[in-house]
This record gives sequence, C-alpha cells and structure tokens, in this order.
Amino acid sequence: MTEDELKKELKDQEYKYGFTSNIESEVIPKGLNEDVVRLISSKKEEPLWLLDFRLKAFAHWKTMVEKRWAHVSYPEIDFQAISYYSSPKGKKEVSWDEVDPEMKATMDKLGISMDEQKALSGVAVDFVFDSVSVKTSFQEKLQELGIIFCSFSEAVKNHPDLVKKYMGTVVPPSDNFYAALNSAVFSDGSFCYIPKGVRCPMELSTYFRINEANTGQFERTLLIADEGSYVSYLEGCTAPSRDENQLHAAVVELISLDDAEIKYSTVQNWYPGDKNGKGGIYNFVTKRGICHNNSKISWTQVETGSAVTWKYPSCILKGDNAIGEFYSVAVTNNYQQADTGTKMIHLGKNTKSTIISKGISAGHSNNSYRGLVQIHKNATNARNFTQCDSLLMSDKCGAHTFPYIEVKNSTAKLEHEATTSKIGEDQIFYCNQRGISTEKAINLIVNGYCKDVLNKLPMEFAVEAQKLLEISLEGSVG
Amino acid sequence: MIKIKNLHASIEGKEILKGINLEIKAGEVHAIMGPNGSGKSTLSSVLAGREEFEVTEGSVEFDGKDLLDLAPEDRAREGLFLAFQYPIEIPGVSNINFLKTAINETRAYKGMEPVSAKEFLAMVKEKSALVELDAKLANRSVNEGFSGGEKKRNEIFQMAMLTPKLAILDETDSGLDIDALRIVANGVNKLKSPNNATIVITHYQRLLDYIIPDFVHVLYDGKIVKSGGKELALELEEKGYDWIKNELKIRN
Repeated sequence: MTEDELKKELKDQEYKYGFTSNIESEVIPKGLNEDVVRLISSKKEEPLWLLDFRLKAFAHWKTMVEKRWAHVSYPEIDFQAISYYSSPKGKKEVSWDEVDPEMKATMDKLGISMDEQKALSGVAVDFVFDSVSVKTSFQEKLQELGIIFCSFSEAVKNHPDLVKKYMGTVVPPSDNFYAALNSAVFSDGSFCYIPKGVRCPMELSTYFRINEANTGQFERTLLIADEGSYVSYLEGCTAPSRDENQLHAAVVELISLDDAEIKYSTVQNWYPGDKNGKGGIYNFVTKRGICHNNSKISWTQVETGSAVTWKYPSCILKGDNAIGEFYSVAVTNNYQQADTGTKMIHLGKNTKSTIISKGISAGHSNNSYRGLVQIHKNATNARNFTQCDSLLMSDKCGAHTFPYIEVKNSTAKLEHEATTSKIGEDQIFYCNQRGISTEKAINLIVNGYCKDVLNKLPMEFAVEAQKLLEISLEGSVG
Repeated sequence: MIKIKNLHASIEGKEILKGINLEIKAGEVHAIMGPNGSGKSTLSSVLAGREEFEVTEGSVEFDGKDLLDLAPEDRAREGLFLAFQYPIEIPGVSNINFLKTAINETRAYKGMEPVSAKEFLAMVKEKSALVELDAKLANRSVNEGFSGGEKKRNEIFQMAMLTPKLAILDETDSGLDIDALRIVANGVNKLKSPNNATIVITHYQRLLDYIIPDFVHVLYDGKIVKSGGKELALELEEKGYDWIKNELKIRN
C-alpha cells in the first residue's frame, strides 16, 4: 500500500459517510421567497390548507430575527444562497426492484437494509434522501396492525386528517426562527401513527441523507402514539464531506396520548467539518413532545456530527403522572460546537423527569449543556433528577453547563448533579499497564462514561453508537 | 528474566534513581525494601513505563528485549505486570470487559485468536476463587466503590488472569488487614512457578512472612545499598532503617 493510499484510508476513516452519490437530481434554483414556498408545495401536489400553513409560517419568519443566545458562533447565513428543494429524478418507486441501483448502492454503503427478507431483527426504515423520502420498508406488515409508517408527503395525501389535527400543535411555526423556516419550506420527513393499544412490534427508523451541494435539508417528523400504545423510533443522519457549510433545520413533533409511550433515539452523524473546522453541517433542530395522562416520552441521543449543533429535545408533561426522559451523549472534536440539552415543562400533577447528559469535548471544540426544568403552579409533587457530566479530552477545548430551573410549586423535588473531569492519565496508564493501547483505553473509558446513556439505545444502535464514539475521538487526547 | 544495569531516572529534573543494578531469574522472588522516599515506587513506575519519569542512564533487559524501548502496553504484553499501590477506578467499565480487552490485546500482539467466551468465563471462575474475590465484583466497574482490600485482591485477580512472566507488587500490603494480607499472599504464592518471577516492594517485613523471598534488597536514596537472603528483612525489622543509614555513614 502506498503512502497516499494509506493517507486516503485514514482520511476516509475519519468520516466514512463523506462520499457523494452520483444520482441525478432535480434541484430548484437558489433563493427564498413566497414563490419558492408555493413551488415546493405545488411540486408535492399539496392541498390548499398545507400551502396556507406554509405561507403563514413564511410570513411570520420574515418578521423574525435569528436569536443568537446559544454558546456557538457561526457566520451570518445567507438564506438566498440555499436551494430549498432537491429530489432524485424519476417517480417514487413502488417496489424495491424499481429503486435506482445507484440509490441501492448508496443505502448499502450507509449500511441500511431495505430488503425485508434480509432485515435482521425487523427494523422498518424510511429513507430520506435530500428533500424526499425514497423508500419505506415493512409498510404492509405494519398496516396489518393499523400502524401507519410512511413519508410525510404520503401522510399528507393519505391521512390528511391526522396530519392536519396534529401538525404544528407541539412546535408551532412561530416557535423559533428555524422552526418557522422549516414550517415554510419543509420538503419531506417521516410520519408515524400507532393506533390505540397497539405495541409496535419492530423498531421504526428514518435515515436522513443529504447528498446535493448547496441545498438545505428541512424535514419534519410527526409521530403520534394513540392511547395505550408503544413505539420505539430511531433516526440516523449522514452527509457528504464538503468545504461549504450546509444547513439542516428539522422539526420533530411527538404526541404521546394517555397511557402511551414513545422512545425516540437519534444517532446524529452529519458531516462535522474537517480538522481545521472547514465545512460541516449547521444542525439547528427543534424537537419536542407532549405527554398526556400517564404517558411517557424518552429521548436518547448520541450526537457526534455537525459543525454546529443547536438542539433541545424537550417534553411538555401536560397530563398527570406523565414522564419525560432525556439521555444524551454529545461529542465535539476539532472545531465543532454543540449547544444541546432539553426542556422539561411540568404542567400535570405527579409528573417526573430525568435528564442525563454526558458531554465529551476534544480538540478545540466547545460543548455546552443547556437545560430548563420548569415546574408550573399546578404541578403538585413534580420531580426532576438532572445529572450533567462533562469530560475534557484536551486543554484547548471547552465544556459549559447552563442549567435553568423555574419552580412555581413548593411541593416539587429537584435534584441536580454536575461534574467536570479531564480524562485521567492515570486511567490510561492503568489500561496501558494491562496491555491495552491508549486508543483502546480511551474508548473503554469514554464508553464507560457514557454507559448510562448508551444502555438506553436499542441494541443494534448501541453498537453503532459505540463505533461512532471511537471514530469521533480518534487521536483526540492531548 | 530481567537485568537492570546502572539505572538512573529523574522526574522534573530531580534524580530519584541513582544507579540501580539488579538481576532476577525465573522462579525467583525478590523483595525490595526501603524507607519512604527511597525510590521504591519510582523503580516500579520506570519499569512499567510511566512517562513522567525520564531514564537518564542505564539499561533494562527483559526476557532478551530492551524494555526501555517498549511502549507501556507492549511491556505488559511481553509479560510485565504491575500491581498498583493505588489501583485506579474506571467508572462504567466492568472488570470483566476490562480484563477481556486486556487479554485479547495481548493475544492479538502475540498473533493469537481472541479468547472464547467459554474459556474466558472458566478462567474468571477459577482465578477469582484464588483470591476469594466475590464473583459480583467481577461484574462491577473496575475498582469503583471497592474497599481498599477488594482493590488489592482485584489486582492479584488481574495478575492471575494475565499470567505475567514478571509481577511487581508495589506496596500491595499497604492498607490491608491481616486476613486480607493472607488472602493476597496466598494468591501470589499459588501463582508462583519456575517460569515466572516476582518483585515484592514493601515497607514492612510483615508481608514477607507470607511471601517468602529468595533475596531481599534494601533501597536507599535511589540505590540498592544492601542485599541478602530472607533474614535481611528480619534484621531490618528489628534494627529499623536507621541501622542502614548509620552503616552507610560509617562506610563513607
């Protein structure tokens, strides 16, 4: 192997999803105005009420100013320099056999299995490529149980009542700058509905892939768990390595009705930029769920990608005895910046929330935890436990914690624990002395440190997440 | 097994080891005794490869290889084991996972296949009994929340699992009550074979009642100033380290 090949292999190892697929796409011209919003809506053959929703959101967005309160810095984004719609050419394939071979190859490279016969433990996948959903597996099987799992566009066509009833109820278009932008120009995403009393028998998952250059990805996910139902949902994301920054601004809304439970897991691995901080995805995402009586929402995230991340998966604990959970591992290396955490809004009685956040900073990166626990006047006997730990891998990185607590009911019980530590040279040496290399030692220590969160991930995802942590932190101790 | 010649080492410019000479053969047990600050722990750290220490002079040959030329993990893989005076905690990493990683890294280094789960578990069962280590401890995080005695027993358990050629016990007796001391010593004695060797670093003679050394060396001010058989330890215990100091003064 020549030195160049070796270098290339090393480079690929850093971000192995950095390839570009050669798939012909239809990309609309750059720029953003009302006509673009109308164009997206017409391309998707949307009903009038949805166009209306978009236009209102757009009108509102124009009046908004981007607020820069997060502990991240990035240049002004030129919203006219982005194309808001990119779709692989050709009609949406009906059967697996009709899927473009290059697209199949892309899925293979990403390790996504759409083949229902070959699928290991039965994970149903919706694959979103740039602006559109390409293929959803296991749809028929799920239909037998009354479960709807499809792209957002299909849901608008086939289940307009459900979409209309719930869309924008948890994250209203006016919620924040990027939620408003998403509401105006969102292109696709996943939709899921679990009927009353049904326990979804397989993991549902969406894989988001940005391929085109100079486009933004604005997807929406809407997940409704009807009374007494249960679903575990996973999302993964990757993008090619490019020198320009690309914008990803998603909205995720979860509705957990009485006695329902939603487990939502994310492995976020958007392209983080190169070693010098060039390129990478701006990941500005609004994720929120609402819990009705006796229901539960559990967010688990492993964040290793993106140049800048700004994201706070939150729970509105509206019903009595509702439970909200947030388990997070956020890794930043090189020049990555992350400002992530959660909001737990306690409205109902006996509501409980748990927050476990593990930040790992390496290189010159900055990693912030920002969390709000709010106990409202009527939330009698509300409880929260928060633990946020920071692990520093170098002496040039930063770890920051911004906890906010607002309590308006004196029966509330809140606990907050926080630690900051530097990865111990003693620990590494101890491992070395047992024959374990420094690189492996760091993996062991970091995985041990994140164990409480990784344990919450479904098995297959946990393995992937562990590997991801390894790759993200390669050569990071200093 | 190991030949230490004229070893000098310093930390932050301060010389701690000032010319150590020591040869240990397979099957032997050597005790190194000495007062606080004489360089006992520095010697074990230098042999294990701690980076803070700079070797300024001398050589160490381990099983035919230049030990000082090897990275710390390679020294371990070649069969050098250090039982730490203060074992380190690694939260969230189970003892089992830690040991399996260690064993497999060593096996990979030697071009061997990873250990099978069955073989590994059988080993765990056998070796944990050797130091009367509760099986539950094997599943707990490495040293986290262990008592002082449990930590030391865990060190010997790891030693049993890794079957080193040369084991260095760095003040393994410190902080142990008499029962724990006996258990630890028993473990070490059972692991003794004609093919391996042990260096017992200790401040007190007590441990040497249980682990009988073939040779005793007294380390003082970075040098081995006196060597002898096991009776030297008893003499030291009786006369104290001042005896050595005075003897040195007279000699100079």
